[in-house]
Amino acid sequence: MSETLLKVHAVETYYGNIRALAGVDVEVNRGEIVSLIGANGAGKSTLMMTICGSPQARTGTVTFDGQDITRLPTHEIARLRIAQSPEGRRIFPRMTVYENLQMGASLDKLKYFDEDVEKIFTLFPRLKERQAQRGGTLSGGEQQMLSIGRALMARPKLLLLDEPSLGLAPLIVKQIFDAIKVLNKEQGLTVFLVEQNAFAALKLSDRGYVMVNGRVTMSGSGKELLANPEVRAAYLEGGRH
Amino acid sequence: MATTTYSKESAGGSLTARALREGFFAGLVAFGLFILFVGLETTQNIRNELVLNQRWGLLAIFVAVAAAGRFLGVLYVQPWLAARKTAKAAVADKDVPETFLARNFSKLAILALVLMPPVAVALFGVQGSLKWVDNFGIQILIYVMLAWGLNIVVGLAGLLDLGYVAFYAVGAYSYALLSQHFGFSFWILLPLAGILAAFWGMILGFPVLRLKGDYLAIVTLAFGEIIRLVLINWTEVTKGTFGISGIPKASVFGIWSFDVGAANNFAKVFELPMSSAYYKIFLFYVILALALLTAYVTIRLRRMPIGRAWEALREDEIACRSLGINTVTTKLTAFATGAMFGGFAGSFFAVRQGFVSPESFVFLESAIILAIVVLGGMGSLVGIAVAATVMVGGTELLREMTFLKAIFGPDFTPELYRMLIFGLAMVVVMVWKPRGFVGSREPTAFLHERKAVSGSFTKEGHG
Repeated sequence: MSETLLKVHAVETYYGNIRALAGVDVEVNRGEIVSLIGANGAGKSTLMMTICGSPQARTGTVTFDGQDITRLPTHEIARLRIAQSPEGRRIFPRMTVYENLQMGASLDKLKYFDEDVEKIFTLFPRLKERQAQRGGTLSGGEQQMLSIGRALMARPKLLLLDEPSLGLAPLIVKQIFDAIKVLNKEQGLTVFLVEQNAFAALKLSDRGYVMVNGRVTMSGSGKELLANPEVRAAYLEGGRH
Repeated sequence: MATTTYSKESAGGSLTARALREGFFAGLVAFGLFILFVGLETTQNIRNELVLNQRWGLLAIFVAVAAAGRFLGVLYVQPWLAARKTAKAAVADKDVPETFLARNFSKLAILALVLMPPVAVALFGVQGSLKWVDNFGIQILIYVMLAWGLNIVVGLAGLLDLGYVAFYAVGAYSYALLSQHFGFSFWILLPLAGILAAFWGMILGFPVLRLKGDYLAIVTLAFGEIIRLVLINWTEVTKGTFGISGIPKASVFGIWSFDVGAANNFAKVFELPMSSAYYKIFLFYVILALALLTAYVTIRLRRMPIGRAWEALREDEIACRSLGINTVTTKLTAFATGAMFGGFAGSFFAVRQGFVSPESFVFLESAIILAIVVLGGMGSLVGIAVAATVMVGGTELLREMTFLKAIFGPDFTPELYRMLIFGLAMVVVMVWKPRGFVGSREPTAFLHERKAVSGSFTKEGHG
């Protein structure tokens, strides 16, 4: 297919002596939406954080755009335009929505800020209404929008989303997933998505990976995985886990 | 409206009756409580016999105070509080226009400070102004400046620093030692002291980069103590606990001097009577300028990327890193900038006192500066200035309260109650306003209009 943007090869990550990732191989091609699904504690978020260099992989390599980023500190990885909407959203609660978005644009020293902030406000009109409000006073869904918006302000080549649907009402989840789709289709943004909401994630994705106990056990196109009886049993029909 | 008058008139009688009843019961409870504790007293007489003293008069006073207090409380204080509450609720509904005073508070305050020395001289004479300019003015402004400097580290960057006084000490000793050994003037050594303190700020910063919260606080506390112990024990250089005396005075940029013997002595040049007050007035303006510089730099920095990064760091360190902010340099610059202002204040302190010793740089000083920052509301310059004025000015005021000796006897020294009142004030403020005098953070960027949202609705950052 198209060229590989992110390549995770044989990565093992440890928390102390506990092995959280046991040799993971994942690839994300330019312009794709790729999702990673799995149960609690499978290592999904750990993989996401390993890509960002916190914690760093003990063995294996992470390559982004042809460059080995395995040993780079987090802020330098971010400077290569890997933007992240981290788990738990992690917006700045005492700063206003507007200031949060400015923080996202700090890599370019606000050069494209005015132009980009309008795009974000078109994508999430709610944020425009709330722009003078403090981040901590937003509802969960608005905070998630802000978290994604803030990540987008960095003009990323790759957007990492860690459980964007966590704790949100189904209607809001749909809004957010629609927005991701729009970003991908219209701007060709590459998205790597970690989700527990397997159905919504796989439906949206070009390809998907299934993770169990720190290993990738299955991969395929979004449609294939949705149709796969094992995946259906485990993640879609409230099955064995 | 009709309902309130109704309730007032008809309830007037019943309220008094209720107050009387509750007052009576309060008296009864007080009687029951105190009869054994106050009404009866056992002492031993000279033959070691137990004697029972009856103190009915004292007991009567206790009971009367309780009964009267309850009576007045029910009759006046409770309705007043309730009325205030409803009035407040009514006001909160509509927008209160900002008064002229509230809008221009900082400008007016600066103007008042600039005018203070001449006014003090006019009112109390040249010598009489000393107390106001030196004891109150300079003393308070030093703490304002220190608290504003610490505010950069604690209020903006959210790095809890319990050893801030170390940088104050570095600044003071830098000036004391370098001026004595090399004869440099105050105006050369002031920036140098700031740079040296900033350098020590970086040295402290490196080992504590990975720490936060409580752990950071402990290490900074230790750092403050290390600096103090070095000052005490490195006697060849610092003269230990004896301290360094005879520190040269500052001059008005070398044009006029305040040394009594000098030909260009300020008083001689202007043919004024000799007085130390001119020097203090000059120092007042110096510390005022330094404090305002601190405030100006803080306000400017908050609007710049580095200030933004500090605030973001306070809110969420992980999010900062994921946005490409180098948290290492951000923290180090916060420590260095805060320390630099501590250094400025320190060299000013040395030039004002003419004497430095390790005793001026104990942990209590760090605690007081931090308390001022917390009471004022972290990050708020105006709040911190108000807190410093109340706290430092209040303790100075205690010294003035000699009339209390008439009440409590000649052995009563009001200054000794300084820390007690300080602590009490802190508790009261924290109960009444948990985020300090000015608790809301003022946003620094707007698209179209500003809308104030109180900080009390937002939760604290966790990082």
